[in-house]
Amino acid sequence: MADPMRIRATMNGDVAEVKILMSHPMETGQRKDASGKLVPAMFIEKVTATWNGKTVLSADWGPAVSKNPFLAFRFKGPKAGDKISVTWTDTAGDTRTDEATIS
Amino acid sequence: MQYTRRHFLKTSAGGAALLAMAAAGLVPVSALAAEFVENRAAFKGKTLDEVVKALGGNAAQKSDQIVLKAPEIAENGATVPVEITSKLPGTKMIAILSEKNPHALSAEFQIPDGTEPYISTRVKVAETSKLYALVQTDQGYFYTDQVVKVTLGGCGG
Repeated sequence: MADPMRIRATMNGDVAEVKILMSHPMETGQRKDASGKLVPAMFIEKVTATWNGKTVLSADWGPAVSKNPFLAFRFKGPKAGDKISVTWTDTAGDTRTDEATIS
Repeated sequence: MQYTRRHFLKTSAGGAALLAMAAAGLVPVSALAAEFVENRAAFKGKTLDEVVKALGGNAAQKSDQIVLKAPEIAENGATVPVEITSKLPGTKMIAILSEKNPHALSAEFQIPDGTEPYISTRVKVAETSKLYALVQTDQGYFYTDQVVKVTLGGCGG
């Protein structure tokens, strides 16, 4: 199980701004290790963010998203105190879900 | 200090044993490398046109209603901050593409109703090339581009 995500969600008027920092190596499958062997590809390929059971963002990623990915987006409708939940799944089948309270 | 050094020696010996096993073929490293097969068509496209076609569109038109914010000179291609804002009505999808990466499409974001057509993230850019912001609306596909000069490549990890 990977390290938890750091999620910060703040209200700005009627719009919530969500900033997420994930902990993941995002191996492209093109990099070689010290012994010259290719490091197999292993990266987050799917990210979903939900609020009140509604999907507010879904993303498909390739290996070209940077290591320890950062993602920010904004959505309308929530109130301070609501919860936002973010889930990612990587190509190895590993998955992680974290929750944050909107402030 | 003595403890940590011993601990280090112990763990590194273990690592060496694992490497030796891999070398002897006990742990099939090459098999692991071949395990991942990309099955999403859009992520296989090599150019903007190929990606748009794989997504089900015809050709993307250039639009000045998309704002792509990326550095003109990226010192490190492994982390290039990219911010995209679309002013096109009915934006459903925002994607980031990089012209000279092994595969053009870096990331694709589905924007449901209620979510603003805005995305900020960081991507790897292999070498100096155009970065594209691709947007899908009810009217089709639109894009804007910007050249990012990379002084250190993104594939080195």
